[in-house]
Amino acid sequence: MPTEDPAVRFERVTKRYGDHTVLDALDLEVGRGERVTLIGPSGSGKTTILRLLMTLERVTDGVIHVDGEPYSHMPGRKPGTLVPASERRLAERRRRIGMVFQQFNLFPHMSVLENVVEAPVHVLGESREEAERTARDLLDLVGLGDKVDARPTRLSGGQQQRVAIARALAMRPGILLLDEVTSALDPELVAEVLDVLRDVARGTDITLLCVTHEMGFARDVSDRILMFDRGRVVESGPASELLESPAHERTRAFLGTVR
Amino acid sequence: MADLAFDPAGHPFESVGHAPASTGLAPASAAYAPGSAGAVPGAGDSLAGSAGFLTELRGALPRLADGLLVTVEATALGAALALLLAYVLGLSSRSARLPVRGGARLVVEFLRGTSLYVQLFWLFFALPMLGFRLEPLACGVLALGLNFGAYGAEVVRGAVAAVPRAQTEAGIALSMGPALRLRRVVLPQAHALMVAPFKNLLVQLLKATPLLSLVTVPDITFQIDQVRSATGSTAASYLLLLGIYGGTAALLGLLMNALERAAKARLGQEGGV
Repeated sequence: MPTEDPAVRFERVTKRYGDHTVLDALDLEVGRGERVTLIGPSGSGKTTILRLLMTLERVTDGVIHVDGEPYSHMPGRKPGTLVPASERRLAERRRRIGMVFQQFNLFPHMSVLENVVEAPVHVLGESREEAERTARDLLDLVGLGDKVDARPTRLSGGQQQRVAIARALAMRPGILLLDEVTSALDPELVAEVLDVLRDVARGTDITLLCVTHEMGFARDVSDRILMFDRGRVVESGPASELLESPAHERTRAFLGTVR
Repeated sequence: MADLAFDPAGHPFESVGHAPASTGLAPASAAYAPGSAGAVPGAGDSLAGSAGFLTELRGALPRLADGLLVTVEATALGAALALLLAYVLGLSSRSARLPVRGGARLVVEFLRGTSLYVQLFWLFFALPMLGFRLEPLACGVLALGLNFGAYGAEVVRGAVAAVPRAQTEAGIALSMGPALRLRRVVLPQAHALMVAPFKNLLVQLLKATPLLSLVTVPDITFQIDQVRSATGSTAASYLLLLGIYGGTAALLGLLMNALERAAKARLGQEGGV
C-alpha cells in the first residue's frame, strides 16, 4: 500500500443518535505519524471521533478510511460499492488501532502484568515469555517496573492510567487514541501520565489522536490542533499558532474557559 | 396414578398431596396427621421421652445415612445440571441472534412458570407413557436441574449484564473477539456477582429435594418417614428432619461464602460476606 495514504481519513462522516446529530458530514485527515489534538466544548463530537475509529460505535453515514483502505466499510458484492464492514472484517482491521480511556478500564481480575500480556498472547498469538518480556519493558517505560504483580485496584489513578498506556502499546498499534486520559485524575497525578505520553510521542513514530483539555500537553505533542464545535471543525492549525492566536471567535471563547 | 411403583403407605405427602380426590370430606385430622400406615397419630409424641423412637432410630441409622447420601447426591447432581443449563440459557439470552435469544427466553419462562412438582410428576408418570422410563433419581435430578437451571439462567444473564460496558470496550480496543472477551474479561468478573444468588438457589434446591421422595427416591425424607411410621413419633421424626436439612443448608452456605470471598479476592475486592 502506498505510504502517502493518510493514516486516517473521514469522508463526510455523520453520526446521529436518534434526532441528535453528533458529527455532521465531517471530513478529516490525519497523516502517518502525525499528532493531532481535538479540542472543543463537551458534546462537540471529539470523543465520538475516537469511538468511531475504535469501532465502539458505527457511522450513520459516510466512510472512514484507515491506511488508504475503507475501514468502517468494505467492498460489497457489486463492484465499486461499499457495504458496512462485517464484525469479522472489523476485528481484523482494528488491530491497527489502540485506545486509552478516560476511566482506564483495566481488567480488575488480572495483575498489572497480566493486563498488559493478555491481548498479545490471546490475540496476536505471542508466546507468554515473549509477551512478558515486552510487557516488562513497557511497564519500565511507564515507570511501573516494580508493580508488575500488583492488582490494578491497589494503584493510584495515575498509575492505573500508565498501565493502560503500556497495555495499549503492547499491541504495537500504528494509531493510538487518547480519550481525555487525564480527566479522571486528581490534579497532582496528571503530570506523571502526561510525561509518559510525551516520552511515547518522542520515542515512536506512532500516529496520535488525542482528545484533551490539557493545553500545555496539546502544545507539546501536537503537530496540529482541531477546534470542534457542534460536530464540525471550526478551526485547524499548528498547535502554537492556534493556541496563541486563534482566528475563530468560538476558539477564543473556548480557550478562555480552559485556561 | 395406577403405575405408582411404591408403597404409598406411610408416605406423608400421599395423603396430603394427591390422593384425597376420593376423600374430599375427610376430617382435618386425617389430612394433617398422615399416619395412615397404622401408626397411631400422636402416640409417640412426647419428643425426647420416647425410648422406642431412639431405639428405632439407632437401628435405622444405616438407612438414614443412605438417605442423606441420596439427598446430597440429588442436590449435587441437580445443581451441576442446573449450573450447566444456567450458563447455556443465560448466555443465550444475551445472544445477538434473535432466534437464539428468543428460544432461550421461551425455555426459561416455560421452566420457571411450570412448577417443579408438576415437572417432576410429568417426568416420572407421563414420560414412561411416551416410552421413556427414567430411574426415579434421574427424574428427580432432571427436574431439579431444569427448574433451577432456569432460575440460574437469570442469575447468569443478570451478572453478565452487570459487568460494566467499559470492560467490553477495553477488550474491543485490544482487538479481542466476542468469545475471548466473554471468557477472559466478562465472565471472570460476572462470577463474583453470581456466587451470592447461586448460594440462595443451591439452598433452595436442597430444600426442594424432599419432593423426590414422592417419586420413590429413598432420600432422607423418605427414610425418616419410615422411622416415623414405624414409631408414630411424628413430632420427633420431623424435628430431626428439620435439623438435618438446616444443618446441611448451613454447611452449603459456609462453602458458598468461601467461594464468594475467593471470587471477590480475585477482583481485588475486600470482604464479601
